[in-house]
Amino acid sequence: MTNLLEVQHASKRFGSFTALHDVSIQVPQGSIFGLLGPNGAGKTTLIRIVNQITLPDQGAVYLDGEPLHKEHIKDIGYLPEERGLYKSMKVGEQALYLAQLKGLSKKEAKERLKYWFDKFEITHWWNKKIQELSKGMAQKVQFIVTVLHRPKLLIFDEPFSGFDPINANIIKDEILQLRDEGATVIFSTHRMESVEELCDHIALINKSKKILEGKVSDIKREFKTNTYEVGLIAENNDALFAELTDKFDVGPADFKTIDDQLKLKITLDKNTPSNEFLGFLSSKAQVMRFNEVIPTVNEIFIKTITENE
Amino acid sequence: MSNLKLIIQREFIARVRNRTFVVMTFLSPLIMVGMISLITWLATLNNDEVREIAYFDETGMFAKDFKDSENIDYVDYSQLTLNDAKDSVIIKKLYGLLYIPKKQSNKELAESIQFYAEEAPNVGVLSSIEKIIAAKITNQNFESKGLDLSTIENAKAQVNISIENFSGEKTSKITNYVKMFFGGAAGYFLMMFIIIYGNMVMRSVIEEKANRIIEIIISSVKPLQLMMGKILGTSFAGILQFIIWVILGGVLLTVGVVFLGIDVDQSNMQDALKVVEETQGVTMANFAEVLVEINKLPLGALVLAFFVYFVGGYFLYSSIYAAIGAAVDSETDSQQFMLPIILPLMLGIYVGFFSVIENPHGTVSTVFSMIPLTSPIVMLMRIPFGVNWWEVVISIFLLFGSIIFMIWLAGKIYRVGILMYGKKPSYKELFKWLKY
Repeated sequence: MTNLLEVQHASKRFGSFTALHDVSIQVPQGSIFGLLGPNGAGKTTLIRIVNQITLPDQGAVYLDGEPLHKEHIKDIGYLPEERGLYKSMKVGEQALYLAQLKGLSKKEAKERLKYWFDKFEITHWWNKKIQELSKGMAQKVQFIVTVLHRPKLLIFDEPFSGFDPINANIIKDEILQLRDEGATVIFSTHRMESVEELCDHIALINKSKKILEGKVSDIKREFKTNTYEVGLIAENNDALFAELTDKFDVGPADFKTIDDQLKLKITLDKNTPSNEFLGFLSSKAQVMRFNEVIPTVNEIFIKTITENE
Repeated sequence: MSNLKLIIQREFIARVRNRTFVVMTFLSPLIMVGMISLITWLATLNNDEVREIAYFDETGMFAKDFKDSENIDYVDYSQLTLNDAKDSVIIKKLYGLLYIPKKQSNKELAESIQFYAEEAPNVGVLSSIEKIIAAKITNQNFESKGLDLSTIENAKAQVNISIENFSGEKTSKITNYVKMFFGGAAGYFLMMFIIIYGNMVMRSVIEEKANRIIEIIISSVKPLQLMMGKILGTSFAGILQFIIWVILGGVLLTVGVVFLGIDVDQSNMQDALKVVEETQGVTMANFAEVLVEINKLPLGALVLAFFVYFVGGYFLYSSIYAAIGAAVDSETDSQQFMLPIILPLMLGIYVGFFSVIENPHGTVSTVFSMIPLTSPIVMLMRIPFGVNWWEVVISIFLLFGSIIFMIWLAGKIYRVGILMYGKKPSYKELFKWLKY
C-alpha cells in the first residue's frame, strides 16, 4: 500500500515553545487515519503544516510522492476545529466563493453544490444568511464546502462537534462513502468511539512528539495482554475461584447474565494458547462465555499517555 | 479567476452591501448639504437683524455722517437731555445710545465718546461706528491744518506688489491662497480616507477572526494574498463611495441653489469675498484671477502626485490597520495599537497646516515630506508650491520602499495573529511574532 501523505521529521517551534518535535507520520492511500492526542499536543500544528498554513522549521512533507507545493492546496480539503462562516453572507454565495477559492469554476461549483444541497435536503437555504441558521446547519454547509472540490486528502478536525447524533451519523456515512470513492481521510478527534468505529490507522501525539503509530489492528495486537473474559457455571463456584486464582492472574469481570455465573478476567502468560486454557476450563465447569479482551483505542490512548508522563 | 480577484470582489461586495455603508453613502451628502444650508440660513438670519442706535451728539458734528446702513439705523436724540435720551432708549428697547460730549479739542473728544447699552454691544457694530467717527475727526484735523481733502485723496497711493519668480512666472498673493487651498484639501482628504477605510480593513479582519472563518480561508489562499485582497477590495469600495458623494453632493447643491433659492453664487460668495477683502486685502475683481490661477497650476502633475501619494499613503496605513486587526480579537482591544496610526497622521496635518503654509520649502516641511508616514500628506500640501522633481522622486521612492517593508511586516504579524484567539497581545508579543 502506498502512502498518500508522508510527514518526515517535522519540527516547529514558536519562540521558546516547541509545538512539534521530529514528528513523522505515514498516511496510507485510502485509509481513515486517526490523529490522536491530548489538548495542546501539537495535532493542529501538524495539520496546519500539511495545509501549508504554517511552515515547519525542519522536516518535509510529501503528498502523493511529491514535496508539498502550492498546487497541492487543491488536493486537500480541510475542516478546521475553529470553523465558521461569514455571518452576513448568504449560504449559496458563500459556498460558491469558498469553492472558487479552491479552484473550481463558477459553473462547476454551482452544479456540485446543487448535488450536495439536494442530498442534504437544504436547497431552500441557498438565499438565507448564515446568521439565520443554527450551528449544526452551518456545519453541514461547512462540510459540503470542504469536500466539494473532491480532494484526494480530507482532513477533519473534530468533525462531529456541534452535530446532533442523527446528523453526526449522516456525516459519518458521507465520510465513509468518500473513502470508498478513493479519498484518504485524516481524522483528528478526542471522541474515541468514533475513532474505534472509523479509523484503520492511528497516530498518537503527546507533548509535541509522536509516541505511537500504525494500523489499528496491529496496535491492538501489540497491546493485548492475552486476557480472556470468562463466564463459568460450576458446582462449587468458590472452590473453582480459589483454584483459578491459584493458577492464573485473575481479576473480576462485569457483564450481564441471566443466571448466576462466576465472572472473571484471566490473564495468561504469552505462551499459553487459548485452546489449552479453554480445554482446562471446560474440564472444570460449564463455559458460558469465553472471549479475548481486546484493548479499546481509548484504553491504549490512556495507557500510552500515562506511561509517557 | 485568480484567488486575489475573488477576494477583492468578495470584500468589495461585502463592504458595499453593508447597511451602514449604504446609509452613510446616501445620507452623508444630505447631511452635509443640510448643514451648509442651515449655517447659511442662520447667517442670513443674523445679518438681517437691523439694530436701532440712538445718538446724543453735543457737538452737532456727526449728524450728516450717521447714515442708516444695512444693519444699523440711527436715531437722533440730541434734542433731549442725556437722561431722557437714556430713558427712552430703554423704553423703546433700542440697541444702545451713543454719547458724544462736547470737548475742547478733537483729541479729547476722541477719547471721551461713550456707548450705553443693556448688553455688551456687537464688536462689528462698534467698529463701524468708530470708523465713521475716526474718519470725521481725521478729516477735521486735516482741514484745521489747512490741508485740502481732495488733494490728500489724490495723494494716496495704491500699492500692490506683484510677485514674479526667476523663471518669469507672475504670481500673486492669490496664487498662494489657491495653492494653500488645493494642498490643504488634498492632504485633509487623504487623512480622512486613511482613517475611514483603514478602519474598515481592520474591522473586516476582526470579523473573519470573530466568525472563525479565517482558517477555512487560509487553507485555500496565502495570508498575504488575503490581506492584500482585503486592502484592495475595501479601497475600491471607498473610491466608489467618494465618487457617489461627489456626484450626489454636486446634484444636491445645485438643487438647493435652484429650488430653495439659496443664493450661493451671489450674496454668499460676495459675503465670503468681502471677508477676504477686509482681512486679506483681496478685491472683488480678483475673483476672476483665482480662476486664472487655478488654471495656471500644473494640474496634470498635481493630479498625478495626488494619485501616487493617495495610493501610497493608503497602502502604508491600511497594512498597519490589517496587522492590528489580526492581532486583536475585538475592536475595543484595538485601541491600544491606534497610537502609531493617529500620531503620524496628526503630525502630518499639523506640519502641513502650520509649517508648509508658513514656509513650504523650510527644513521642517522638507524633512516631513520625506518621512514615509507623514510624506503623503505633507508632500501633497507642498507640491502646489512647486517642489524640485528630485525631492518628489526621493520621497516617492522612500514611501514605496517602506510600503513593501510595511506590507511584509504586517503580513508576518497578520499570518500569526489571525490564528491566535483569546489573547490580548502586547507590542512585545507582536515583535516576537515576527520571528515565528
